[in-house]
Amino acid sequence: MSIEVSGLNKKFGDFVALDDVNVSIPTGRLTALLGPSGGGKSTLLRIIAGLEKADTGSVTIEGVEATHLPAQKRNVGFVFQHYAVFKHMTVAKNVAFGLEIRKKSKAEVAARVDELLALVHLSQFAHRLPSQLSGGQRQRMALARALAVEPSVLLLDEPFGALDAKVRKELREWLRRLHDEVHVTTIFVTHDQEEALEVADEIVVINEGRVEQVGTPDQLYDDPANDFVMSFLGEVTHLAGTAVRPHDIDVATSPLFAGAVEGTVARMVRVGFEVRLVVLTVAGEEVSVVLTRTHARSLGIEEGATVWLTVTAGATVVPSMRPSLAG
Amino acid sequence: MTSIEISRVRPARTPRRSGPRSTLTRSSGIGLGIAMIWFSALVLIPLACVVVTAIDGGWEAFWSAITNGQTIAAIKLTVFTALGVTAVNVVMGPLIAWVLVRDRFWGKSVLEVLIDIPFALPTIVAGLVLLSLYGNADSPLGVDIANSRPAVFLAFLFVTLPFVVRMVQPVLEELDQDVEEAAASLGASRFTTFRRVVLPSLAPAIAAGAALSFARGVSEYGSLVLLSGNLPFQTEVTSVRILSSIENDNVAAAAAVATVLLMISLAVIVLLDVIQRRVAARG
Repeated sequence: MSIEVSGLNKKFGDFVALDDVNVSIPTGRLTALLGPSGGGKSTLLRIIAGLEKADTGSVTIEGVEATHLPAQKRNVGFVFQHYAVFKHMTVAKNVAFGLEIRKKSKAEVAARVDELLALVHLSQFAHRLPSQLSGGQRQRMALARALAVEPSVLLLDEPFGALDAKVRKELREWLRRLHDEVHVTTIFVTHDQEEALEVADEIVVINEGRVEQVGTPDQLYDDPANDFVMSFLGEVTHLAGTAVRPHDIDVATSPLFAGAVEGTVARMVRVGFEVRLVVLTVAGEEVSVVLTRTHARSLGIEEGATVWLTVTAGATVVPSMRPSLAG
Repeated sequence: MTSIEISRVRPARTPRRSGPRSTLTRSSGIGLGIAMIWFSALVLIPLACVVVTAIDGGWEAFWSAITNGQTIAAIKLTVFTALGVTAVNVVMGPLIAWVLVRDRFWGKSVLEVLIDIPFALPTIVAGLVLLSLYGNADSPLGVDIANSRPAVFLAFLFVTLPFVVRMVQPVLEELDQDVEEAAASLGASRFTTFRRVVLPSLAPAIAAGAALSFARGVSEYGSLVLLSGNLPFQTEVTSVRILSSIENDNVAAAAAVATVLLMISLAVIVLLDVIQRRVAARG
């Protein structure tokens, strides 16, 4: 394991940012720290980088006890959400910064900078100032700058958070390909489940300062540890005390199956090929159901119709944590 | 700041044109006209008059006015003291600004307001304040520097204190701390981070503050007349020297000294700009 975090606690005043966090990050993989804003994932990343001090607990990077090492000595590359460029230096100078600190020879620095700028497709911008680059280009430059020092781990804090949706999508595909080339152990923080599912080898779900679950995207989606993980990775509704995905509910127009829940269709919205229903059960639950257009038509469902709901066989379900009345 | 950086880069990439292309429209032309008339009436024409008055009596008179021993002593004292004070401000100003921006402590908002007192106080009152603490036989500190050169230095320090602080403060506030964190994670020590990342961003503001501080020092009168005693060859500064020339009905000599001061100030401001560009470009 490349990074071992154990028993980490961190408070900001009364606010508990991290509550006894234990995580192992595998070497050479791309790991996402996923969770809602304010859940502690950036704090965890900053503690690993040495930019923040934990109250208690320890951090080991590549077998080296790093808990009390200053950021300068940890050999981690850090990429910030707002790029953190050195405004007065050219793109090439920005990338060279860490190498010059390490007193590399001029020729060595120049060669490495060229190589990195080619890697992030910024060679023709080497002599521009960062202010002359777009957001996506600046972030690629920041990435090259972090990679220049050959860090043992690369940490990215919401790296695409400040970019618009289209660039964000391009960049995350590019990051995935870059990682397949460079293979440096990488952790990136995101609150966007789609980004995590698409890019990461492994996802650590963090909420309210605690690790909720660790696993591959498939494991998390198909076998969520709890209601929170399930609802964070996709839409969730509640039927008869269990949390289930709206497209994993079967709708029948007669009480065919034992245990089917009776209800009336309160709302019906068609969006493209799918039909979304809100069914009010006799127990007073509001259940969301998603059907295909064809299926809904074949059943002849309308607003006000009486239906019977069952969870599809083999669907992912977890016990509901919330009071059963919540949607 | 950004625009300065960009404009500095541009000539390297595009060949210099024969002259700047005008972007004036009718309304901006009127604006420029008003600005120029205003500037001319207040600054350019009076300055030209001073220069004309200075050389009115011929080169000989001008030369003898400025090579007068007492005048040279006054100019030397003023310029060197102003330079010294500016050097102190260049160090202390960013330091005070740093404390005000980065640190949180009790009484910070009070200090924030107090910094501006040298701006707000009539300078003669400033002189009075300094005299009561540092310039009399029963000073509570036991310090009596009245009628000595340190008194001139002290008076200059007092009135120029806010310039660099106030120029640097907003720039420091705008500076993202994650830039410093980025430098740290790349292995830069705190000193290297300051020298290569923070300082170049502050350089234009420090230079602007230094220029203002120097200019203010050279022109200072009110705060030091009480404290310095205006002793010829000892503590007489140029503004006092100019006033006494005028009182002796020698306007040409006064104008000659003023012209020399003007040229020195211009030279220093240009020099500061050059240094600022050097520091901002380094990194």
